[in-house]
Amino acid sequence: MCLAVPMQIEKIENESATVNVGGTKRDVNIAFLDDADIGDYILVHAGFAIKKIDEKEAEETVKLLNKMAEIARNDNSDQS
Amino acid sequence: MKYITEYRDREKANAIANRIVAVAKDQSMTIMEVCGTHTMALARFGIRQILPQNINLISGPGCPVCVTPNRYLDHAIALARQDNTIICTFGDMIKVPGSTSSLESERARGQDIRIVYSTLDALELARNNIDKEIIFLGVGFETTAPTIAASIDIASRQSISNYSVLCANKVVPPALLALLSGRTEIDGFILPGHVSTIIGSESYTPIFEKHPVACSIAGFEPSDMLEAIYELAVQISSGDPKLHNSYRRVVTANGNIKAKALLNRIFEASDAEWRGIGNIPESGLSIRDEFSSYDAAKKFNVTIEETVEPAGCRCGEILTGNIKPADCPLFGNNCTPSHPIGACMVSSEGTCAAHFKYGS
Repeated sequence: MCLAVPMQIEKIENESATVNVGGTKRDVNIAFLDDADIGDYILVHAGFAIKKIDEKEAEETVKLLNKMAEIARNDNSDQS
Repeated sequence: MKYITEYRDREKANAIANRIVAVAKDQSMTIMEVCGTHTMALARFGIRQILPQNINLISGPGCPVCVTPNRYLDHAIALARQDNTIICTFGDMIKVPGSTSSLESERARGQDIRIVYSTLDALELARNNIDKEIIFLGVGFETTAPTIAASIDIASRQSISNYSVLCANKVVPPALLALLSGRTEIDGFILPGHVSTIIGSESYTPIFEKHPVACSIAGFEPSDMLEAIYELAVQISSGDPKLHNSYRRVVTANGNIKAKALLNRIFEASDAEWRGIGNIPESGLSIRDEFSSYDAAKKFNVTIEETVEPAGCRCGEILTGNIKPADCPLFGNNCTPSHPIGACMVSSEGTCAAHFKYGS
């Protein structure tokens, strides 16, 4: 029930944003966000945006995962 | 899709699983996922199957539908039987058996019970049906509670007087404290990512200082969950527990300030009953007196039937991680998703439903 999905903002009108998720459009309430712009990705739960996704932190996490994959690859080649 | 696909890469997931094996070695570790959405995601992506046997993942009390006691359902059913009433609920609640009926059975008997996606849909129904009372079933943790608070705020600002909420919202930190003071041995917690998005990682600090235990806040994609488990394995094997945040793209130290302010304006902390655990002090959210005209429990005077608990059901022990679904004699025999006896089998995020669908 705590499911929340990243969606991209296409249009903003007052406290409502039109978002796109995999080609489907819907309106969500963005009153809980401090700032939101067209093109931003937001996390949506039950019709409300609960957070703007921090792009920089998201990239850092992907880098960390890539590094772990690289270590595992090296471990495997050491063993073979 | 951006922010999903990159965390579902099979090679990365396997690589992290290998790192977990290397760190955990033969040490046995019991890790509890607190959130029901994690329970389902772990099962759906087969995470248990790629982890070594010595890592024991157990489920906690984080499925809101599962921990909602029978008395609440009986109350909702009593409200549904009133004339000129429309009950609005998230889908998971509809099949949960109350003492002698369920919302689904009531709907079959002609009561107006509707599944909605958002409280905003319920408000729209209220605007379009001014001759009816619209009652929203407020069930959920801190992720959902702000959306319920927002509906009361909007109703109040727009003078929508035929809308109210039967509130059983709960908060996670007091439940963690209850678990840590209980009999389940837990080496580490996968903390709920979206609850933490609202409340912030700092909210766990008082509990962590009282009971230092390995903690990692996790997202819901396979790599997110595995990275959090890797972090827990490092902490547990080194005997150095930390309050770690693996879901930094949406979880900050202070959380969502606006959502928290609204929660605080509409609700106040109250003691709450959890199925299987009992009363946990300050673990519930009640609607403040100032907004009592939106509190269905105060607005309507209905007779609630005497509570009857299902015989033989061991949901309570499952919700605290004391037993696994297969340890319950009803699991898979009398109790299945098409004929559920306990709430853990009904909710799509229930531990029993996840184990039944995807295997233990």
